[in-house]
Amino acid sequence: MSALTIRDVHKRFGSVEVLKGINLEMGSGDFTVLVGPSGCGKSTLLNIIAGLERQSSGSIVIGGRAVDEVAPKDRDIAMVFQSYALYPSMTVRQNITFGMECRNVPRAKRDEAVARVARLLQIDALLDRKPSQLSGGQRQRVAMGRALVRDPLLFLFDEPLSNLDAQLRVEMRMEIKQLHQRLGSTIVYVTHDQIEAMTLATRIAVMRQGVVQQFADPETVYNRPANLFVARFMGAPPMNTLAARLEATSGGAAAVVGEGEAAIRFPVPAGAAGWIGRKVVLGIRPECIAEPTRHFGDAPDAAVTITAEVEMIEPTGAETIVVLRLGEDRALGRVSPDLRYRSGDTARFAIDTRKISLFDPVTGDRIA
Amino acid sequence: MREMTFTPSRIFIYLIVTLIAAAYLVPLLVVALNSLRTAEEIAQTSMIGWPRHWAWGNYVVAWGDFCIAQTCAGLRPYMLNSALVTIPATIVSTMLGSIAGYAVSLWRFRGDRWIYGVVALGIFLPQQMRLLPWTVVLRDLGLTNTLTGLVMIHSIQGLSFTTMFCRNYYLAIPQELIRAARIDGAGFYRIFWRIVLPLSPPILIVTVIWQFTHIWNEFLYGVTFTTGQQQPVTAALIALSASVADIPQHGVQSAAVLIAALPTLLVYLFGGKYFVRGLTAGAVK
Repeated sequence: MSALTIRDVHKRFGSVEVLKGINLEMGSGDFTVLVGPSGCGKSTLLNIIAGLERQSSGSIVIGGRAVDEVAPKDRDIAMVFQSYALYPSMTVRQNITFGMECRNVPRAKRDEAVARVARLLQIDALLDRKPSQLSGGQRQRVAMGRALVRDPLLFLFDEPLSNLDAQLRVEMRMEIKQLHQRLGSTIVYVTHDQIEAMTLATRIAVMRQGVVQQFADPETVYNRPANLFVARFMGAPPMNTLAARLEATSGGAAAVVGEGEAAIRFPVPAGAAGWIGRKVVLGIRPECIAEPTRHFGDAPDAAVTITAEVEMIEPTGAETIVVLRLGEDRALGRVSPDLRYRSGDTARFAIDTRKISLFDPVTGDRIA
Repeated sequence: MREMTFTPSRIFIYLIVTLIAAAYLVPLLVVALNSLRTAEEIAQTSMIGWPRHWAWGNYVVAWGDFCIAQTCAGLRPYMLNSALVTIPATIVSTMLGSIAGYAVSLWRFRGDRWIYGVVALGIFLPQQMRLLPWTVVLRDLGLTNTLTGLVMIHSIQGLSFTTMFCRNYYLAIPQELIRAARIDGAGFYRIFWRIVLPLSPPILIVTVIWQFTHIWNEFLYGVTFTTGQQQPVTAALIALSASVADIPQHGVQSAAVLIAALPTLLVYLFGGKYFVRGLTAGAVK
C-alpha cells in the first residue's frame, strides 16, 4: 500500500503559482527527500501534506485515505519543524506529551510513551528542563521525540538540521538515518541541502519553481540526472557541463569538446545516435576526471585519457580539485592529494566514460 | 566606564532637563504642601508656602467627612465607585484584548487584517464623538447612571488599545509554534491557554497598567453618564471644588486630589519597570 499519494497538486498565492501540478507516490517505509533551492515550493508542499495550508487543486491521500477535508490533527502525521517549535513554557516532558494530552490519553500511557521515546533518543536526563535550558542539538532531539511519541503513519521533517552547526548536523543526520532504519517509518523530509538528500533518502524528489524535476532513488538522481538543473544542483562540486557536438565514430558516437588540434573526444553512451552532427551539452562529474593511473570500477575499458591545461588547483586535504580548460569551458576534476600540478601545466587525465551524460542544449533535458 | 566631563554643552543640557523637571514637579509639590496646611494658614499667607503645622487632619476630612454634593462622607464612596468600575473593566478589557490580539496575529483568517484595522481605528476616534452613541446604548440597556454601564463602556472602549498591545506582542511568537500545536491536536482556546498565555505576562502587565491608569483617571464618561452617588472619584473631585464656594478649603482639596491620584501612582511605582520593559520587549531580539 502506498503511504502517501500526491495527486496533481497545484497551489496559487494570488496570481503566483508556487506548485504546478505535483504528482508523487511514496511507499510505506520510504524516506523521501524533497530537495530544491529556496522558493521551489518544497516547504509549501510539506505544509499541504500536513494540512497546515490548503492546495488550490489536487488531492492528498495518506494511507489510502483522502485527507483533503481532514484537519491536521486527524491526518495521522507528526511534524518536526525547522525552528523545532518547542513550547517555551512547558518542560521537555510536557512538550512530548502535549499531543497525547490534547487527545485525552490516560496519564499512565503517556508516561510509558515518554519513557520509551526518552530512551530511544537518550533524553531521559532532560525531561524536566525547559527548552530554553537546552542546547541546539538537545532541542532537535526533543522535537524529534515529540514526533516519535505519536507513532504516526507519516513523519514530516521541515529542514530539521538547518539551525545546527556543521558538526552537529552531520551527527544528527546519521542519527536520523539510524532511526529510520530501526523504526522503518515513512518519512517526507524537506531540505535545500543536496548532501542531506543524498545521504538520507531512499527516494529523492528534486524540485524547481513548483515542478518536480526528477523523482528517483539517489543513485539515479546522481548518475543519471533528468536534466541540466538536476545535474548542476546535486553534487558538490556540481557536475561539469561542457558545450560539445556529437560525431559518429567507428564504435558508435563521440562528443567532441573544443576545435581542431585541441579537440577532445569523449566516447558517449548508446542512445544518442539521433544527435550525431548536432550540438549537445556533455555532463561529467568531477570525480570522473582523475589522474591517469586511476582505475574506475572493474571495466578495463572504462577510462580514456585526455590532455588538458590546468588553470588552477585547490588542495582540500583529502583530495585536490583541479580546474581544467576543456574547449571553451572549465571543468573540475578530483585528483589524488599527493599530486601537485601548477597553474598553466598541461597534463594527462583519466576520464570515467561510463558516467557521461548528454543533454539537449535547448531544453536541458537528458538525451542519454 | 566612560568618564563624566562637564563641558559647557553638557551643563547646558542638564540645566534644560532640570528646568523641565521642575516645571512638571512644582505643581505636584505645591499640592502636596497645601494638603498639609490649614485653610486659615493658606488664606492668611499665600498658596505657596511651607506648612507651619503638619495638618494631617486634611486627609482624614477629605477621606471621610467632607461634604460633596449634599453628602458628607468624603471621597471614600467615590473611591469605591472608581475601584468598582476600574478593576472589572481592566480585567475584562485585558482578557478580551489578549484573545482578540491572539486571534488577529496568530490565526490567519479571511478578513483578519480588516477586522484588526477597524478595532485599531478606535484608538484614533475622539472620545467626544462616542458620547452620543453611548448615551443611546446606555438608555436602551437601562444602564444610565450605573457603575455597570461605565464598566461596559470602558471594557469595550479599552479593546482597541489592549488588542493592539497584545497583537503587536504576539506577532513575535513564531507561527511554527501554532502549527506544531495544531498538529498535536490543540484547538483555538487550548493553544491560547497552554501556549500563548504563559508567554504573555510582560504584555499583560503593560496592558493592565495602561488600562487601570486610563480608566481610573477617565473623567468625561464619568461626569456625563453618572450623577450624585454613582460618580467615580474624578467626577466627584469637581463636585467637591464646586461645593466650597463660601470658604476655599484648599488644604482639604489638595489632600483629596492626592488621595484620588494615589492608586495610579502606586500602580506606576510597583509596575513601572515592567511597563517600560514591556513596551520595548521584542524590539531587540
